[in-house]
Amino acid sequence: MSQPKVPVWVNVALIPFINIMLAFLVSGLVILAIGEDPIEAAGYLIYGAFGYDEGIGYTLYYATNFIFTGLAVSVAFKAGLFNIGGEGQAYIGGLGVGLVCLALDKTMPFYVIAPLAIIGAGVFGAAWAYIPAYLQARRGSHIVITTIMFNFIASSLMVYLIVNWLKEDGRMAPNSRTFEESAWLPYLHDFFLPLGIDIGSSPLNFAFVIALVCCVLVWGLIWHTRWGYQLRTLGTSATAASYAGIDTAKVTIWVMLISGGLAGFVGINEIMGVNHSLLLNFTAGYGFAGIAVSLMGRNHPIGIVLAAILFGALYQGGAELAFELPNITPEIVVVIQGLVILFSGALEHMFKDRIEGFFIRRAVA
Amino acid sequence: MTNNATPYAIELRDISKRFGAVQANKDICLQVEAGTIHGIIGENGAGKSTLMSIIYGFYEADTGYIEVDSKRVDIRTSQDAIDSGIGMVHQHFMLVENFTVLENVVLGAEGGALLKQGMDAARVELQRLAQEYSLDIDVDAIVEELPVGLQQRVEILKALYRGARILILDEPTGVLTPQEADHLFRILKALKEQGVTVLLITHKLREILASTDNVSVMRQGEMVAHRETAKTDKEELAELMVGKKVRLQVSKEVAAPTETVLSAKNLCFVDGQGVERLKNVSLDLRAGEIVGIAGVSGNGQSELLNVLSGITPMTSGEIQFGDTLINAKAPKNAAQMRDLKMAHVPEDRHKMGLVTGFEAYEAAVLGYHNSDAYNGKVLMNRKVMVDECSRRMAGWDVRPPNPHLKTANFSGGNQQKIVIAREVEQNPDVLLIGQPTRGVDIGAIENIHEQIVKLCVAGKAILLVSVELDEIMALSDRIIVMFDGAIVGELDIKDADERTLGLMMANAYNEELSEQALQEGESA
Amino acid sequence: MFETLILMLDATLRVSTPLILAALAGLYAERSGIVDIGLEGKILGSAFAAAAGAAVYGSAWIGLCFGILASVGLAMIHGFACITHRGDHIVSGVAINTVVAGLTVTLGLDWFSMGGQTPALSGDARFTDITLPFADALASVPVIGQIYSNLLSGHNILVYLAFAMVPVTYWVIYKTRFGLRLRAVGENPQAVDTAGISVAFIRYRALIICGILCGIAGAYLSTAHNAGFLKDMSAGKGYMALAALIFGKWRPVPVLLACLLFGFLDAVAVRLQGVELPGIGEVPVQAIEVLPYVLTVLLLAGFIGKAVGPKAVGRPYVKERE
Repeated sequence: MSQPKVPVWVNVALIPFINIMLAFLVSGLVILAIGEDPIEAAGYLIYGAFGYDEGIGYTLYYATNFIFTGLAVSVAFKAGLFNIGGEGQAYIGGLGVGLVCLALDKTMPFYVIAPLAIIGAGVFGAAWAYIPAYLQARRGSHIVITTIMFNFIASSLMVYLIVNWLKEDGRMAPNSRTFEESAWLPYLHDFFLPLGIDIGSSPLNFAFVIALVCCVLVWGLIWHTRWGYQLRTLGTSATAASYAGIDTAKVTIWVMLISGGLAGFVGINEIMGVNHSLLLNFTAGYGFAGIAVSLMGRNHPIGIVLAAILFGALYQGGAELAFELPNITPEIVVVIQGLVILFSGALEHMFKDRIEGFFIRRAVA
Repeated sequence: MTNNATPYAIELRDISKRFGAVQANKDICLQVEAGTIHGIIGENGAGKSTLMSIIYGFYEADTGYIEVDSKRVDIRTSQDAIDSGIGMVHQHFMLVENFTVLENVVLGAEGGALLKQGMDAARVELQRLAQEYSLDIDVDAIVEELPVGLQQRVEILKALYRGARILILDEPTGVLTPQEADHLFRILKALKEQGVTVLLITHKLREILASTDNVSVMRQGEMVAHRETAKTDKEELAELMVGKKVRLQVSKEVAAPTETVLSAKNLCFVDGQGVERLKNVSLDLRAGEIVGIAGVSGNGQSELLNVLSGITPMTSGEIQFGDTLINAKAPKNAAQMRDLKMAHVPEDRHKMGLVTGFEAYEAAVLGYHNSDAYNGKVLMNRKVMVDECSRRMAGWDVRPPNPHLKTANFSGGNQQKIVIAREVEQNPDVLLIGQPTRGVDIGAIENIHEQIVKLCVAGKAILLVSVELDEIMALSDRIIVMFDGAIVGELDIKDADERTLGLMMANAYNEELSEQALQEGESA
Repeated sequence: MFETLILMLDATLRVSTPLILAALAGLYAERSGIVDIGLEGKILGSAFAAAAGAAVYGSAWIGLCFGILASVGLAMIHGFACITHRGDHIVSGVAINTVVAGLTVTLGLDWFSMGGQTPALSGDARFTDITLPFADALASVPVIGQIYSNLLSGHNILVYLAFAMVPVTYWVIYKTRFGLRLRAVGENPQAVDTAGISVAFIRYRALIICGILCGIAGAYLSTAHNAGFLKDMSAGKGYMALAALIFGKWRPVPVLLACLLFGFLDAVAVRLQGVELPGIGEVPVQAIEVLPYVLTVLLLAGFIGKAVGPKAVGRPYVKERE
């Protein structure tokens, strides 16, 4: 006797689509309330994000950050952990990148610095996730609260380090010195130009490729290795995990290490790829946006890439929108992002149950 | 409707309730005479609890209606039920554990926006109720510090305090010791004498026969018979409940056990709350023998399985398993126990035995997922897993034989077959089995029993835990009885009869001592 | 030295006020079983609405009403998601915080065209400081008079309101029917349901109170402590209040003490900025700023006492099938 099932496309396509449309609808109402035409606004937004080469480049550059933080949140989610500390882990990951670059950029060539910086980002981000993970696994403190606290601790730590130790002398802005070019991650337009392809000048850099590689690795890890098997078992049923002899504390810790490391990779894109110096607040909410991305992407790497591109487009298009319609701020994108979290996360059952019920009844009939 | 003069305290008319594809209740009619104890009996999953939840306003019926004192009432919420004079003692107590008895009793009936006055009044009223029904209790005790029997008493007091004239008890003895259960039935008799109508839901025949005036039988969501208790007997009720003659005997040779495979000595386990769940449990498992653990559920059987299988570490004691000595200093987790060739069919397949969100082939390697057979250097070998799952599904007649179906979408019997197949086919030396046929349809039960016997014949040492005494008696070669975390008796199958086992499960070998313990519990 | 201390304690009271209000708000929510990391968003939303209302209507009190309305509205969204639709409490809180962060700036720019800020408030549009009776007369009395006139006197009404809310909350939680039900629903919602009480209704009411208190906290920030709304002006106060709630183990009086401790640390950090301490040297401000978070983490980890929250907190209440 098997029970009726809901078609796969309902869950992977229809429901996310409805959620995102609702978020757009409500945002449209906000734009309407401001006295602008939502359709016109959408037009500017889409044009800004996809209308020209440079715009696409910017979209993908933002998407790179979202892929990292979205993957970070999802990996933890899959193990039943809510890592809300992506912001802090990204911030500290950036510190790792920055320290490697500042230490080596005058003496070492790119191909030495790049792998070390990537390792630095991962290790620092992972280290920042390690403490909340350890406390959850061994001492039972709630990881949501500790990761929130660690976001603030990271923020204060970075201010202290940059202002007191890393700031370039004689500079007003709290930035480190600019790295030598040997510590710059290549821009993709520089990479494509010699091949005769002009993709416009944008901050899109090699970190995007790293992000895509991470997607493949995460996918393989979660669905095709015994570690992923343990992670998913723990995420679905902690009692089944202990029955199976899975060391839940150990899994919790290494899942969070991976999650923190992925979040830390934001530092590669931002510090090594674009800013070429260590600076304050470069994470700019990407860590929190990762929650929206992973919810939207249904915790699957393909979904996350799509959701990340969507959010990248919103960020880039939002800037364009604010430029064209001065009444609107780029923050409208943050509103949309929040609404996505609301509809596809907090209110997921509102439509899901009804839609699934509809398909189950249809299957029974 | 035969006699309009008979006053019915409560009457159900054509109640139906459906959950998705499951018809939990179908056209239920029931008449309960005022001032009687009316039993409702049926197997697990017969729809009894759903029906009571409908009466208590926890669910709304799809069709049908309820009459209380011959007046139709509309019960949509628990408050409506309370207003109609219906009280309920739930199987799992509905108590706020860190509240006092008094706070729990007044919750929802505080008698005003401020607590002071209502609490004082409740204190007086509780004293009156305590005297009237001999329900003594310390009203200022914190509920979680009370023994289970007294917690149940708080539930009864809650109902009476709200003026319940109809009291529903859902499987009230599942968590009680026999003494506590007897005490409960004395209380119920006292309530009846005071004119309270009692509805007793149970799947235990003994209780029905011992304490009720009338009995109704439910089977697969339907009410199949009503009887006057005095005019029926165990055999008839059992037949009505199950629907066909109960098959109590599994064809099984007398066992020829050989060497001892596992020997546990003085196992103790203290849980996170500091409660001693296992007390000096010692037992031997021999190859080619089935040892059954009998006992009322919650007397340490689950903890014993968890400690033996390595899921929870023991507090003290030791296990000699083959050449390996396991104790608190050298513990082995569940994975290591598997490596030593111990298999475990857990009591709760939904929470432990399976991951319901996994596809069948994934669930079929749970616990063995690190095995070389399923893994390459980095990636798991999906093809091997799927093929093996298909093969087992064919061998064990799992339906539908689809390794890619989510385990949640299999029926209970088929889920259990997936679990048992997984554990058995690892060719273990020791097999622990908890509640092998819980929630399993009858056809599958026979199949599962036959498989267990076959394993025993093949020379495995088997430990069987079940709350179904029939199952224990049909399968075991030796029966160990547990009570309150300790082994209180051991019988060879040929000496075992229900009466002896029942007395042991009730720890009735030392009546006086346990009576004393109970009284201490009450005065605490 | 004594005067310095008075000044620092005075600052402590001012900084603690929004923390106390928000932490008590969180107490109502969490005691009813609803995790609320949306305190931050509610404070920010209220700060904006209060400043906007005060700016337009020229009255701090009207601003306060707007602030409370906005905050309660957000609390109701949280309730709709968590109570009615069994959504994840954390996710809902994050959603609310995010929406508010964007919406305040978006609306602010449109309404006031000041880059997301509201116009500077003055006069009746702000809550002004109240001088308690005889404060001036007693100012010269050593110690007691100084404490009275310089520390206790001279705050705005919302400060006093915040402190008054502590005993009120204590009374509500422990001495009223509502409080009993509130505590019960956070521990075992099923027990409450079977006692004939609506779990959802209690939780909604708890969230309304939560919204009102956060509303006052937000209004305090923009119309009393400051003179107008600034982007992201809540600056983590909601999270710090959450930390104080945990640090105070979900009980009104310890929560108050935690808020005062955190407020005091803030005052110390400001005071010590750039100051060389003898023998220690300059203590980095950031080290003091992070103390509330570090202390909360240590508490959660069980290194200093133990924090056990309401048992059913964060779990959606679903009537179970058999």
